[in-house]
Amino acid sequence: MSLTTNDVEHIAHLARLELTADEIDQYRRQLSDILDHFAVLAQVDTSAILPTASVLPLRSVMRADTMQPGLSTEDALANAPDQQDGFFRVPAIFGDDADGE
Amino acid sequence: MANDLHTLTIHEAADLLRSGAISSVALTEAVLERIVAVDNDVKAYLALTPEAALADAAAADATLAATDDRATLPALLGIPLAIKDVLMVEGMPTTCGSRILENFMPPYEATAVGKLRAAGAVILGKTNTDEFAMGSSTENSAYFTTHNPWDLTRVPGGSSGGSAAAVASDQCLGAFGTDTGGSVRQPASLCGVVGMKPTYGRVSRYGLVAFASSLDQIGPLAKDVTDAALLLNAVAGYDPRDSTSMNVSVPDYRAALTGDVRGLRIGVPREYFIDGMQPEVEQAVRTAIDALAALGAEVVEISLPNTEHALPVYYLVAPAEASANLARYDGVRYGLRHPDAETMWQGYTMTRGAGFGPEVKRRIMLGTYALSAGYYDAYYLKAQQVRTLLKQDFERAFERVDVIACPTSPTTAFRIGEKADDPLSMYLADVFTLSLNLAGNCGLSLPCGFDEAGLPIGLQLIGPAFGEETVLRAAHAYEQATDWHRQRPDLRAQ
Repeated sequence: MSLTTNDVEHIAHLARLELTADEIDQYRRQLSDILDHFAVLAQVDTSAILPTASVLPLRSVMRADTMQPGLSTEDALANAPDQQDGFFRVPAIFGDDADGE
Repeated sequence: MANDLHTLTIHEAADLLRSGAISSVALTEAVLERIVAVDNDVKAYLALTPEAALADAAAADATLAATDDRATLPALLGIPLAIKDVLMVEGMPTTCGSRILENFMPPYEATAVGKLRAAGAVILGKTNTDEFAMGSSTENSAYFTTHNPWDLTRVPGGSSGGSAAAVASDQCLGAFGTDTGGSVRQPASLCGVVGMKPTYGRVSRYGLVAFASSLDQIGPLAKDVTDAALLLNAVAGYDPRDSTSMNVSVPDYRAALTGDVRGLRIGVPREYFIDGMQPEVEQAVRTAIDALAALGAEVVEISLPNTEHALPVYYLVAPAEASANLARYDGVRYGLRHPDAETMWQGYTMTRGAGFGPEVKRRIMLGTYALSAGYYDAYYLKAQQVRTLLKQDFERAFERVDVIACPTSPTTAFRIGEKADDPLSMYLADVFTLSLNLAGNCGLSLPCGFDEAGLPIGLQLIGPAFGEETVLRAAHAYEQATDWHRQRPDLRAQ
């Protein structure tokens, strides 16, 4: 499995990671090596095998819908990089300056 | 005696505290002095809170003084412990070894830590870890690398390398780490201490910063098996705040340490003795298995045929889960926000690009790729299917045997920098530990010898889900017949 620079840039975009050109080149080579090593899995016959997402026999549990104390606004905001009037403050999402998608 | 209190085990110290021979304040002071003396070289701790520790110790002494029937007091009362810096402890920063959480102060405390406090334990500080517990050497910590107390030029293993090194160098009486693919057992092996990964669901993960949610489990690092049992006693159990903690009864793990392994069936998987492993490791582990046989255990050769697939399965499943878990570090609610970001979009990409280190970024990339359109079936789904086969291997084996014995790590501690530029070779350091997490077993590493360079070797004992008592019983019986656990590194000689 040989990844291209475009592949790596696409993955970085999906992962919301800004990478330098050096990082892109390094990850292209390293991830290609790692995926080569993992190609062995393709040879395992799993046609009749269900996937395991969790080792536990998990079931949904119910509890009474009663009010319980949670984090105060002050505690929830204590680590915020920026805040205003009891809210998290962030750069513009929409508008001319917001280079979003 | 007073100067050597830091060398005590937990059960030794607990007896002395109850008899009135020592105080928790004196014990805690001895450990804090030890930290001052050696941690400039070992670098096990990321943060220390001596004043809070001494206040906790004084409170423990007051409880001891006010109690007539001291046998009823919790085993950890007044015992100084260290906590890996991925668990949230009130009043201490939680960095996860990452720049992205450099100044994060947790607004609540992990259930496991709360249980330790309720048991009267003294919390000394936070220990170093590979960033977000991703690594096998602590070299991925954004702050510094911890050094192996047996040879300061070598790694302590990882990711719970700070906790393992702190226990091995008597900078705490016991510690907690987390194990996603071997991160308690491998550093325990490399540092010559006992480390246990309980069954997934045995210990609440509430307040543990998530790496791979279907694999992460909190576990103790200890100077001997008895201490590991006491530490597990304190944290095990159901927690309504962790939907993956299991509501099954918690036995008294210390009571399981009967010293008797007669008739115990021990499986030795042929796939765990591979070409390329250090010959001294194989020899020490086989000698340890012979010792268990001499104690009356029945040794059976077994096969775990999918073992060779565990590494690729793990390094697809764990990074996939990590890539989702680490999406929360977006510079909005906590953690780093890149000062130059002008838009929301830049805020995400610049913050994450600058805040995460190389290995975390590599795993986010790998996991994102495995989950991405067009590759999901070939990588992530395939890995989950092979995970089922790995689980079935162990289920079949545990129909025939009670415990599986094998090496913890294919080599003893490697040199700092030796594997730092080769991620695949670093991943191979976990080749014997990660299938347990994938299959949902419990496991433990304990010292079983030294190589020619004087570096510790670890024996791994694996049990079925919720088989901790059997694993601890076998480990304790072996420990009683040997004295590897009494060996300590001589830091002054280095």
